[in-house]
Amino acid sequence: MGGVHPEENKISTNAVIEQMPLPKQVAVLMNQHLGAPATPIVAKGDKVKVGQLIAEAQAFMCANIHSPVSGTVNKIDTCKDMVGLPKTAIYIDVEGDEWMESIDRTPDIKRECTLEPKEIVAKLKEMGIVGLGGATFPAHIKYSVPEGKKAEYLIINAAECEPYLTSDHRVMMEHAEEICIGVSILRKALGVPNAYIGIESNKPEPIRVMTEMARTFEGIIVEPLVVKYPQGAEKQLINSITGRKVPSGKLPIDVGCVVSNIGTTFAVYEAVQKNKPLIENILTVTGKKLPSQHNYQCRIGITYNDIIKHALGQLPETTGKVISGGTMMGKAISNLDAPTTKGASSVLVMDENEARRRPESNCIRCGKCINACPMGLEPYLFSALVKNDRIEEAQAHNILDCIECGCCFFSCPANKPLTDEIRLGKNKVRAMMAAKK
Amino acid sequence: MILTAVLVLGLIGIFFAIVLYFVAQKFKVLEDPLIDEIAEVLPGANCGGCGKAGCRAMAEAFVKQGNMDGLKCPAGGEEVARKVAELLGCTPEISDPMVAVVRCNGSCGNATAKNNYDGLADCAFANSVYVGESGCAFGCLGLGNCAKACQFGALSMDPETGLPVVDEEKCTACGACVKACPRGIIELRKKGVKNRRVYVACRNKEKGAVARKWCTAACIGCGKCEKTCPFGAIKVENNLAYIDFNLCRLCRKCVAECPTGAIHAVNFPPLPPKKEAPAADAAPAKEKVEAAAPAPEPEKAPVQNNPTY
Repeated sequence: MGGVHPEENKISTNAVIEQMPLPKQVAVLMNQHLGAPATPIVAKGDKVKVGQLIAEAQAFMCANIHSPVSGTVNKIDTCKDMVGLPKTAIYIDVEGDEWMESIDRTPDIKRECTLEPKEIVAKLKEMGIVGLGGATFPAHIKYSVPEGKKAEYLIINAAECEPYLTSDHRVMMEHAEEICIGVSILRKALGVPNAYIGIESNKPEPIRVMTEMARTFEGIIVEPLVVKYPQGAEKQLINSITGRKVPSGKLPIDVGCVVSNIGTTFAVYEAVQKNKPLIENILTVTGKKLPSQHNYQCRIGITYNDIIKHALGQLPETTGKVISGGTMMGKAISNLDAPTTKGASSVLVMDENEARRRPESNCIRCGKCINACPMGLEPYLFSALVKNDRIEEAQAHNILDCIECGCCFFSCPANKPLTDEIRLGKNKVRAMMAAKK
Repeated sequence: MILTAVLVLGLIGIFFAIVLYFVAQKFKVLEDPLIDEIAEVLPGANCGGCGKAGCRAMAEAFVKQGNMDGLKCPAGGEEVARKVAELLGCTPEISDPMVAVVRCNGSCGNATAKNNYDGLADCAFANSVYVGESGCAFGCLGLGNCAKACQFGALSMDPETGLPVVDEEKCTACGACVKACPRGIIELRKKGVKNRRVYVACRNKEKGAVARKWCTAACIGCGKCEKTCPFGAIKVENNLAYIDFNLCRLCRKCVAECPTGAIHAVNFPPLPPKKEAPAADAAPAKEKVEAAAPAPEPEKAPVQNNPTY
């Protein structure tokens, strides 16, 4: 149902993953994941090593945070995140690159995992693994299946349907074996017979590499998917692979599915087999007008400015927007001095013409947004309801089902910011529900 | 033929008329005519400032209660309160007239835009996605939700400064704009003697140096005003000064003291030269006595004969 076909623009596909040099200072934000912020357990002046636990998850919905560098804690202070809002962060001055002894830094690939399912989940929690598909959902919660529910499918999202992004593509090309081990570990944690890796069929190379690798593993199946945005969205992916539909207001586990991103499986491999916490992520630096395209492995906490400086020297003069994420769901970065977080996946530089929103006109009731909506909603209706503050009606029309994929805005010939309006509506509905409680 | 038809229809008509008459008698809803009368007196804007669903709901509440205790039409003010009291036959509850005050001075000049926003023109949405064009996480976003919320046309966005402007004459202090602002910038404050008010036009709770990075007119929480205030009306909390309008005697010492100009004094004549400062000190003491009276009448401004004003 629904979906659109935006220009793919995967121009950084062939850029091999490079190592980003260490910055002088990093700022590690305390809320890099969905849920409550972590609590710092280091103080100013403390010496830390790479991979040392620096902030602990004390709430239920929270994840541990480890130091991405070695050095001295400079301060624990407020730090502006990429949209400029003040958050708590630990600032660390980088000195050398001294890793924790417990981390296995050898290049050998370890296939055997002797841990029990419960131990695997505990390991994910200890290593601060979160979902790297965008929502940064803490992995240990996802893989602790609630009682009374049973996981039947493990689905790995490698669709990478967002335009421009190529980090997942590169990880598959370069770390296929590690990914398959990671998938096996997650399969063991859930106790499911088969894991499915869904890849959009416009990526023949990764499909070939992954299929060949998967043959040497038990219970890993690579599924080529139809090219359509948002193929990688959780509910759409479940539908494409299993044929099941997640009912409104329910979670994938309610239909026996658990979905993880391909990037997460690589992090899981490193955490479980190599004892390496989530301290690095892979970022695409791309843009049509840029002289060069890159994929980098960066330490978390490096600022966007540091990345741009290393990759491009400086931003081109015609830059209109810098976006974290792809063109469909990414967020414009208003503060380039902000540090990267666990969920960051790209730095997309758009020039003025590309970034400009086209002028808005009135809705002509053409219904294109309805055809485009992958959730079967009526975006034009929400637009009118939200504008007139008819929040209860919007709720009755399942506004909360919206996954904010941006298909409606993309397809609208009147250029109405439908996704923005729906997001506003969702906020209002949530506020109303909170007030009612 | 025609006669039969007329006869049959006529009889049916009479039958239903009788049925309807008795049903109407049986299920008669008795409504106090006073509700209509009071609804007539109320402003009729359905602004929701009273907390009721609209003016008629408020009129019903008045009649049900029989007096005005705890019920107040902020939009109607004193005049409406008196009329309603007359109709209800009770004493009116009259409080000090209030007015909406915009506590942000992040104009285009003071808080220059560090980025451009081109998303949905709605403050609540912009507030949920990012910090704002100036970079100040507490300042006005300038997209005019307050102006859209105002039913009385008292708020407008100034295209020069990008900030909302309150028309004191039209503002009824219904509080709709206060609820509409996602950043809590607008506050209802006492209208003050001769419409004169002193307030801190800033909401930034960041440390001084950080706040100044976004806006040259930000309150930096230096505490000079708190020390200067002879009446203890100013408190600095979380790097932000707040003037309690119930304690403020409009002496304007803090205005002169503020290093960033974050404290605003409106509707005052220009400050006298510095050497006359001692005379200015005398004014508040005099004012203090009269302003403390329960319902000061703005017309009899206690400071009108004072040479410093």
